[in-house]
Amino acid sequence: MALLSISSSRLYGILVACGLAWTGLVAYIVHDFGFIWYIALTDGIVSSILLAAACWLINNNLRYYQPGKGSYINLLMWCLSLAGICTAGCRWIIPYLSISTVYMHFLSQSLTIRFFTDFLAIGWMAMISMLWYSQQDHKQTEKRKSEAEKLARDAELYNLRQQLQPHFLFNSLNSINALIGFKPDEARKMIHQLSDFLRGTLKKDDQLLVPLNDELQHLNLYLDIEKVRFGHRLDTEISCDKHCGEGLLPSMLLQPIVENAIKFGLYDTTEKVTVSIRGEIEGNNLVIMVQNPYDPQTSRPKGTGFGLRGVQRRLYLLFARNDLMETHQNDNIFTTIIKIPQL
Amino acid sequence: MKRALIIDDEPLARMVVLEYLQAFNDQIEVMQECNDGFEGLKAIHQYQPDLIFLDVQMPKINGFEMLELVENQPSVIFTTAFDEYAIKAFEAHAVDYLLKPFSKDRFNKAVEKYLAQSPSAKPAKQTEELLEAVSQSPAQHERIVVKTGTKVKIIPVSDVIYLQADDDYVSVFTQEGSYLKNKTMNFFEQTLDPRYFVRVHRSYMVAIQQITRIDPYEKDSHLAILKSGAKIPVSKTGYVKLKQVLGI
Repeated sequence: MALLSISSSRLYGILVACGLAWTGLVAYIVHDFGFIWYIALTDGIVSSILLAAACWLINNNLRYYQPGKGSYINLLMWCLSLAGICTAGCRWIIPYLSISTVYMHFLSQSLTIRFFTDFLAIGWMAMISMLWYSQQDHKQTEKRKSEAEKLARDAELYNLRQQLQPHFLFNSLNSINALIGFKPDEARKMIHQLSDFLRGTLKKDDQLLVPLNDELQHLNLYLDIEKVRFGHRLDTEISCDKHCGEGLLPSMLLQPIVENAIKFGLYDTTEKVTVSIRGEIEGNNLVIMVQNPYDPQTSRPKGTGFGLRGVQRRLYLLFARNDLMETHQNDNIFTTIIKIPQL
Repeated sequence: MKRALIIDDEPLARMVVLEYLQAFNDQIEVMQECNDGFEGLKAIHQYQPDLIFLDVQMPKINGFEMLELVENQPSVIFTTAFDEYAIKAFEAHAVDYLLKPFSKDRFNKAVEKYLAQSPSAKPAKQTEELLEAVSQSPAQHERIVVKTGTKVKIIPVSDVIYLQADDDYVSVFTQEGSYLKNKTMNFFEQTLDPRYFVRVHRSYMVAIQQITRIDPYEKDSHLAILKSGAKIPVSKTGYVKLKQVLGI
């Protein structure tokens, strides 16, 4: 495979060198049989040009058309007929350039060996081309795939962030606007919470693993702001012991899950709601469970439910596993459970 | 004295409106503050207000869905944080709209604009145009909100079997029964996802998943037989559309 990963300009250079060597070799062999250099060189040049043309043809063919598993026989036929054409070319063209009865006799006697060497050379070229182009194809697909994945991931993250932030931000500012009039201290407190939360969001690099405690602290800022906005309607229960608080998880992974819980639990219901977040260490995994009530009449979970696909996708990209997130719905409670392997 | 309602699910947001309205307390009287669309509907029925301050994003049914269910449309000033669909619509049709957080000056301007409107201006027509314009927002694609008596019923679009035109109304047929909605067939043709609903006839629209069979009927027309057993007439153009969607 080392040969196949060289650049294409170098490959063409090597092929041209091979062609020159081939000409020299044929000329030398013919000269060895006792013919003068003029005849030997003519033979070498003509047969090499024909062979090069055949090689170019098969290479070009394979560039645009990769034979499937069943059509190798076609390729074989191609090689055989091209070898035939080359041999026939030698037989009819060379006599025009050098008339010598002894040589003519030699030429017709050597046709069989010419045919087989041409066939081998063309077959070798076909094989190299096939490997080369299939590898190029493969490389391109890989590249496209990884680019598409990256794009999709960026878009997903952007979308997930975008869905809530503008609403959340402007509504929070509106609440502050209300508080300034009659509870200036609370307004001030909320401004601090909001700026801490936003700073945290901006600062976070989502490639990083962070302790659960840090993530919960950040989420608490968010939940406290929502508590101010919706008065006493929101209650939160967060349970996580010292041991599990040290468990590591990808940063900002929990955020969309909790935003989701708020979106369906708080924004779409009219009663008092409790959103609970529970962390546990189970064996080698950090397990986090988020629960929120929802209204089955107005919001129907579809598929994995509630657009949590972004989280699942991220878990897959990070750990190459699809079983790290589960969702359940019963008794109007929506539960999201994620497992993060502790490395 | 004009009667007004404030409908918003955030207490602090209502408080801002209430506070700003004090400047107009000799012209506008706030009858009630409402927590959501359901309370809003009840209060509108009870007080027949002249003006409502309405949030768009609210639990269960949003501000637009609530307005669809109101018969005598009052004038509406929207108060919302951010809604790209809505903002476009507001610019064209609402009395005014306030983007949260809004200043006292901006609020005063909106109210003065309302007060300056001649009493003969028809808020109903304005609001209707607005509702047509926001029919592109995603919530309307997912559910249909109807009123049965005094109750509000939310029908997920996936429960709809077919729609039938019925004078000025459209009957929405589901497994549990049919509901009347004061909208036109054209409205539903614009709102519902064309991949799942096809207008097969001037007066009928069908959920294609519900179709089990299409039989030829009279000359140039067909009958669609649904899972529920209902037989829906399919016109010549309807049949062409149906074939297109089904890919046959």
